[in-house]
This record gives sequence, structure tokens and C-alpha cells, in this order.
Amino acid sequence: MKYTLMVNEGPYQHQSSDTALQFARAALDKGHEIFRVFFYHDGVNNGTRLAVPPKDDRMLQKEWSELAEKHGLDLVICIAAAQRRGLMDASEAKRQGLTADNIAPGFRISGLGQLIEGGIESDRTLVFGD
Amino acid sequence: MAKKFIYLNRKAPYGTVYALESLEVVLIAAAFEQEVTLAFLDDGVYQIAKGQNPKALGMKNFSATYNALGDYGITQFYVERESLAERGLSEDDLMPIVYEDEDDDYAEKPSVRVVSRAEMAQIMADQDVTFSF
Repeated sequence: MKYTLMVNEGPYQHQSSDTALQFARAALDKGHEIFRVFFYHDGVNNGTRLAVPPKDDRMLQKEWSELAEKHGLDLVICIAAAQRRGLMDASEAKRQGLTADNIAPGFRISGLGQLIEGGIESDRTLVFGD
Repeated sequence: MAKKFIYLNRKAPYGTVYALESLEVVLIAAAFEQEVTLAFLDDGVYQIAKGQNPKALGMKNFSATYNALGDYGITQFYVERESLAERGLSEDDLMPIVYEDEDDDYAEKPSVRVVSRAEMAQIMADQDVTFSF
């Protein structure tokens, strides 16, 4: 089955990122396809490469990046939500006249149309929220 | 073939950003030629309540946008009756959101329909894609 996942909460504060990550792993292990993972609301904070959680905790942002690399996942951060919360890739940072970017490997920034397209193209769309 | 998308709005318009960012998704969705339904449940019924004024909070009053959705072909607003009643609200407390019916000489028609919890469950069951905010 072809899935699109939507992640609406930031890492650590809520469980939704953990649950989505575990669902994605389990679905891929069973041979399903993840068409796209779309990060919205505070969920965009899953895409920062500047998080440094304590050594004995899980490293959610890094785990998303690793899963994306292993399976060629399309991890999309909503640009409108990202701009509000300070998530930037190099080209967006340059466009905004900012001195730094912080997006993690495997993520890309794009528009809400990517979420709707996911809903159209996938057999199931799952929302991981609060 | 167009899919049926429903947007479940469950949270109050201010206090969190869910309602505003849900509306941003709905506005983009309107461009995709899919069938769009909005549902208002729980504290989400406050999103389309009359007389909103968040000025003292320093927040933007975005409630007028709901009334503009008819121009984008979004004309199905379902509000759960029990959620209204549990908050001491009735249909009269909601904004009179209307759309112009192209197939009926652009007659103004109400977009909002108050339905029971059981009817709402049936409306949700009929959808292809459910986004919950």
C-alpha cells in the first residue's frame, strides 16, 4: 500500500514524531511504500540538524535523516510553517538575507500543495498529531 | 477522479496556531479540484463564532476568511450540534457564512449545516482523506 504521512508536532514535546517514525519503519519493513512524509505545524522542527539531545536519549531528527537516506524517503517541510519557526535551507536563508541555515540532510522545504498531492496519490494518508 | 477531503477542526481559533494553519491548508487545497468538506467539532466550533476580536492578544482576526471560502468553491461546512450545545452555543452564535450557487443564478445559500454527532460520523466515514487539526 502507498502511504503519505503528516507529522504535526515537534520532536520530544509530543510523541507524534516517534510514532510516525516507527510506523514508517514498520510499513517499509512490510514492503509498503511511503510516498511522502509532510511536516507541518511544529512538526517542521523535526527537520533541524542543530538538535543535540542527551546521549542516552533517542535522536529523532537524525533518525529521520537516516531513514530517508536508507529508503529514499521524500521528507517535506512546509515552507509557510518553517518560515514562522526558523527552519531554513541554504537557498531560503539566502533569499531572506539570513546568515545561516539549519535543515537536516534528507529534508527539503516546499509548499502545502505537496501535502494535498500526497493525499491524492496515496492509498492512505495518516496524520500524526497531538 | 476527484477525492473527497475533509478537514476536521477541533481546536479554538486562538491559543494555538492549529486553526490558522488549517485554514492555510484549506486555501491551498481549493486549487486542487478535489471535493473539500470542513467539519467543526469540540472547541473548533469557536472558529466560526460571530464577533471574534483577538486584538488585545496581538493576533490577527482571520475569521472573515471562512466567509471567503465560497469563492474558492468550498461550500460544505458541517458543525456538530452536540459540540455547540456542550458550550452553551447555538446556530445563531455562528457567522452567517454563505456562497453563491453558480447553478442557481448565483443565489446566496448558507454554507453551514448543523448536524448531529451520528450524522457527523457518517460524513467522516464517506471521505477518502481526513486531515485533523
